[in-house]
Amino acid sequence: MNQLLRDLTPQVLGVLVRRGGDFAAAEDAVQDALLEAVQHWPDALPDDPEGWLVRVAGRKLIDAQRSETSRRRREVRDYQEPAPGPTEQDDDTLLLLSRCCHPLLSPASAIALALRAVGGLTTAQIAQAFLVPEPTMAQRISRAKRTVSGERFERPGDIRAVLRVLYLIFNEGFTGEVDLAIEAIRLTRQLAGSVDDPEVAGLLALMLLHHARRPARRAKDGSLVQLADQDRGLWDTSLIREGVGILQAALVTGRLGEYQAQAAIAALHDDAATAEETDWPQILEWYEELLRFNDNPVVLLNRAVAVGEVDGPLAGLRALDGLDADLPRRDAVAAYLHERAGNRADAARLYASAAHRATTTAERDHLTKQAARLNACHE
Amino acid sequence: MAKYLLLKHYRGDHELAPGGIVPMDQWTPEEVSAHMAFMGHVADELRKRGEFVDAQALSPEGTFVRYDGDGKEPVTDGPFAETKDLIAGWMIIDVDSPERAYEAAAFLSSAPGPGGRPIKEWIEVRPFLGEVPAETE
Repeated sequence: MNQLLRDLTPQVLGVLVRRGGDFAAAEDAVQDALLEAVQHWPDALPDDPEGWLVRVAGRKLIDAQRSETSRRRREVRDYQEPAPGPTEQDDDTLLLLSRCCHPLLSPASAIALALRAVGGLTTAQIAQAFLVPEPTMAQRISRAKRTVSGERFERPGDIRAVLRVLYLIFNEGFTGEVDLAIEAIRLTRQLAGSVDDPEVAGLLALMLLHHARRPARRAKDGSLVQLADQDRGLWDTSLIREGVGILQAALVTGRLGEYQAQAAIAALHDDAATAEETDWPQILEWYEELLRFNDNPVVLLNRAVAVGEVDGPLAGLRALDGLDADLPRRDAVAAYLHERAGNRADAARLYASAAHRATTTAERDHLTKQAARLNACHE
Repeated sequence: MAKYLLLKHYRGDHELAPGGIVPMDQWTPEEVSAHMAFMGHVADELRKRGEFVDAQALSPEGTFVRYDGDGKEPVTDGPFAETKDLIAGWMIIDVDSPERAYEAAAFLSSAPGPGGRPIKEWIEVRPFLGEVPAETE
């Protein structure tokens, strides 16, 4: 029943907000309705659970608006019954998500609000996932709600902003009992089911194709395992199949975008039975495509790795020229290319420098061990 | 129970290792792994005893920042490449006595380094200033 309630939450919220309800008030009303459902449904599950929730939440919203209004001595706001129907409901996920990913909100606030309002996670769960105290997260969410509550919204906003936030959630990964990667996949799947946009499909494919490798990404002691060293037998082949299928359907539309290009690169990695069989020339071509949509330094950095595989490490190092020395992971990529070029001393020095500036302990430990490995061979 | 902050220092003037402890990238990969595993082991042992509160590793470089008057950008200083004393991270424990806090700190300090020998790095133990207890009269 909890899963059913979580699935229905965004739809019910969408209906109320679409009627012109205030976002924060609508969310409170939905929460109240969910509480009633938890109390009553175990005895008798309604024939139309969603209709039931919409009715109860709508009543709660009217009650709240009335008391609010009488408190402020204002007129009762007109409250229009919605024309119920599946056509509207399909867009609600996008509508709600774009509300949560409003440009006025910082990424951290957008993420929290999306997980709360659309993902249906509790504030405690979100706080736990981001390792902050629950009152801090509660404040972050209520500030975010206040920020967007003034604005009416009937039409979805920029879908790119939504995709960015979903991608950020996915990259938060798994820090505690809440698996944010799975939450992100769930939300993106929901969105892909309601919006016909090849980039939404591209993002979903990208997530699935990366997630498929997760079981191989960490060794038993928790240390990072590089793509080339991963046990490919641990990769989830059904996720890969699904991701490739979604990607192919998206590519057929001929409306290419950055997420499809990134997913194509991920698919080529997933497709190689061994690291040696990786189709680097095709990966490099996809990086060139990706650069048309997104020429940020991280893409250029990753492209340099592909250049190194296709045209040799010295060409890869040349591709690094002009990239900011402070760019995270630049030293790590340079170290890798130097080692392949036979410059072990330079590689060791660069790995140590990369470790010094690593942003996670797992990455720091991995890079320290790379430096240690080269230094140990040196002596 | 009282809380203590255990600050993990890397001191350049360590009397057992003049000039500082050998940097980790000069160890073997196995020695690095053993050191990291030991850190996790200490946290696990403290967790089992119900004494663990939190642990965090810190990036080695930081910046000093201070207020410089209304409407002005903050003043910054650093990061400094050469520092005698570097704080690598901290652990917070909740224990029965100062003696127990020292015991836990010494355990943390026994982490293995090159050749599997304890590197005996300094751990600074700082008691938290607690709340006034709600006394019953």
